[in-house]
Amino acid sequence: MSGITAERAVPDRPSRADSYLTVETGLASWLLTTDHKRIALLYMAAITVFFFVGGAGAVAMRIELFTPQADLLSADAYNRAFTFHGVIMVWFFLIPSIPVILGNFLLPLMIGARDLAFPRLNLISWYIFIAAGALAAYTLLAGGVDTGWTFYTPLSTAFANGHVLAAATAVFVAGFSTIASAVNFIVTTHLLRAPGLTWFRLPLFVWALYATSVVMVLATPVLAMVLLLIFAERAFGIPIFDPLRGGDPVLFQHLFWFYSHPAVYIMILPSFGVISELVTCYARRRVFGYSFMVYAILWISLVGFLVWGHHMFVSGQSVFASLAFSLLSFVVAVPSAIKVFNWTATLYRGQIVFDAPMIYALGFIGLFTIGGLTGLFLASVPVDVHVTDTYFVVAHFHYIMVGGAVSAFYGGLTFWWPKMTGRLYPEGWARFAAVMMFFGFGFTFFPMFIMGFLGMPRRYHVYPEEFQVWHVLASAGAVILAAAYLLPMGYFAWSLVWGRRASANPWDATGLEWQTSSPPPRENFLVSPAVDRGPYDYHPAHTGPPSMEREPHRPQGGQA
Amino acid sequence: MSGAAAREATLQKPWRSLRREREAVSFGTWVFVASEAMFFAGPLLAYAAYRSLWPEAFAAAGRETDIVYGTVNTALLLTSSLTMAAAAEGARARLRRLTLTCLAATAALGLAFLVVKGFEYREDIHKHLIPGAGFRLDMPPAQLFFAFYWLLTGVHALHLSIGIGITVTLLIQAWHGSRPLPSPAFEGAGLYWHFVDLVWIFLYPLLYLMGRS
Amino acid sequence: MTGLGENLPRNAGAIWHRILPVWVGLMALLAGTAAGAYLPLGRFNLVLSLAIAVAKATLVVLFFMQLRRPNPLLRLAASAALVFMAFLFTLTFADVLTRAAPTQPGTVTPQVTAPQQATGQRAF
Ligand SMILES: [Cu+2]
Repeated sequence: MSGITAERAVPDRPSRADSYLTVETGLASWLLTTDHKRIALLYMAAITVFFFVGGAGAVAMRIELFTPQADLLSADAYNRAFTFHGVIMVWFFLIPSIPVILGNFLLPLMIGARDLAFPRLNLISWYIFIAAGALAAYTLLAGGVDTGWTFYTPLSTAFANGHVLAAATAVFVAGFSTIASAVNFIVTTHLLRAPGLTWFRLPLFVWALYATSVVMVLATPVLAMVLLLIFAERAFGIPIFDPLRGGDPVLFQHLFWFYSHPAVYIMILPSFGVISELVTCYARRRVFGYSFMVYAILWISLVGFLVWGHHMFVSGQSVFASLAFSLLSFVVAVPSAIKVFNWTATLYRGQIVFDAPMIYALGFIGLFTIGGLTGLFLASVPVDVHVTDTYFVVAHFHYIMVGGAVSAFYGGLTFWWPKMTGRLYPEGWARFAAVMMFFGFGFTFFPMFIMGFLGMPRRYHVYPEEFQVWHVLASAGAVILAAAYLLPMGYFAWSLVWGRRASANPWDATGLEWQTSSPPPRENFLVSPAVDRGPYDYHPAHTGPPSMEREPHRPQGGQA
Repeated sequence: MSGAAAREATLQKPWRSLRREREAVSFGTWVFVASEAMFFAGPLLAYAAYRSLWPEAFAAAGRETDIVYGTVNTALLLTSSLTMAAAAEGARARLRRLTLTCLAATAALGLAFLVVKGFEYREDIHKHLIPGAGFRLDMPPAQLFFAFYWLLTGVHALHLSIGIGITVTLLIQAWHGSRPLPSPAFEGAGLYWHFVDLVWIFLYPLLYLMGRS
Repeated sequence: MTGLGENLPRNAGAIWHRILPVWVGLMALLAGTAAGAYLPLGRFNLVLSLAIAVAKATLVVLFFMQLRRPNPLLRLAASAALVFMAFLFTLTFADVLTRAAPTQPGTVTPQVTAPQQATGQRAF
């Protein structure tokens, strides 16, 4: 989708006075900036901290689970560890990571705009996020919460001993930061697209961000409200879900999962967008079935709101409702499958380059497929009743959120790192980290499927001896996984000083963000871009990929 | 200030035309309003579910609210929407006097609503309508009704207070001339105000009109 | 393009002329709903009062909140909220209305006013 007009005018590197990184200096120029690119970096700094904090919870759990006995953590401390791991990783890492770091940075660049629609709102939403993070840090330092990240009532309202109110407030406040960003993204996508950039010429990452923002805007307020209800009941004794006075705790679960199932799509839809960019670029292929990719994204964001009850099959929900939710959950798997098939078809006859971002992308496709398929197990009522609250569920959602969303985040970060910083990362190390992440992930989470199916329940710090072999495998895998997460932080930091300078378009990718210098100037584009073609213009449409010039393809398995 | 200069002064960073910026502010506020509507949908859903489970207790509890206060407040809020609409259209038409008077009237009507609400709350407390020990009615689910009464009116009053804050801020800015009248902010504030009014339009029949016949 | 209502009235008289009738309508509906609450209609009291609320909301949305302008964006946002609220209500009631009796709240719990419920040690 190259803007022809922009192409010749682009220098590889901007002058120091132009680059958004150096145009202004001083701490105040960062903390008071309204530049979406700088705000993206502010978010990256904050979210990296939360990633470490949430990771610490995981480390504590994996160490504790190395042996069947309780040796490191008491029962109560273990409860607080997994709750904190969940709360931080869901609301302070996974939900914001791709949208507000990569999305904030790339959305205006990808649509040829100078900034987001409301730049000051963007900065305010960062401060709201920091305020929420401070509350979360307070919760941790004050002693933590023991309800699990789901805050189920009546545990959270009447019985829990931890700092439920502080944790609920932290998540509540974080929700407003999400909503502010989402409003910004929606308005930007509607009203700031470059001339000629029609809806069906948008890169899939923009579509994914748009759909994610819609889900955020419509789901997050329900979470905010249900946390407010919990707060009111616990702090002021106002009976909302109190069964003694006719209240219904299952109603809490309805409201909670009305948000929290779509929240899964808030985490995974942006990843879909990232993967679509990576797969096309490193296979040198137009994306297979562009319009179906778009419809699949929209379908997911719509039907994703209709399936929340599959988390409540054993809650006392009516059988009729369970059946309806089960059916709808199968329906929502279809568009995800469409996306996986289309990525695969995009690879077909592509000129595949196994650079680091592509390794992350291929890993994503594999892990997401496993996560999605096991999701179908859980969507069918009888199997779900068998594995509810076991490690099978834990493995399933980590395949989606960690194998899926975190892989995509690292892949996207690697891919766009030269654009964000103007430096190239060391390719060899990056490939090594990407491969290591795939295997570390598998070692950590695949054993959980097995032990979960054998009956190991989640959220316990002691367990029967027979499960130890799987737990040891998982803990050992977690060491590899942790190394694979830390390594990129090392070489990214290294590249800031010693990395080679990146050209404007080091990967020879399409997309408007590559039509400006690396790093981009403060105003994003020196010449306002105009667009005259669709996305992923890696080869002429209808003529097939460049690989056609190579030796002809032989059908497999045939004798002829 | 000439029209063109005023437009220039109003235009914010990424926008190239005031028309586009105005559209963005209206649309952005509407998206936020949609989000807020989902926020209120949560407790309204819980209210509806409990009301369908405990109709008698809800009817008995509904009779305890004060319909006079409720109706007066509805009238106040509907009128404030009228003045807010006039203020927004006045600002767009650059009618300074109309805008300033109507913004002031809107804020005053909002404050009046809160004052009436305060008197109503005082009476409710006197009548032991706070859920918990010593509650006026002995049907436990009646406490559920009053849980929603306090919660919904409280959250609504909070929204209204924010609306009053925004209105007064705009009033001061327009008074000093630090915010030119073509600014899209007036329209955005108006949309938010009308949304707060909309919420009350639905709270009124649900909280005050039950069990009267 | 008239999409953003650039041709709206330019003087105070015209503005009031446009919106005052809406206010009169709202007040009439308010009087109607308050009076209607005292009619013995059984469960149709709720239907009546909600119908009047919807009518009032429609007036506000159309005449005060600019939805009458032919701007598809605003209508998109407004209808999105309505559609997703419908999702929330429909599917939750699909559970609440079809639950087996023993799992309905209240059917197996004591019906007397509880003593102050046993709350744990509350921190914070
Ligand atoms: Cu789910």
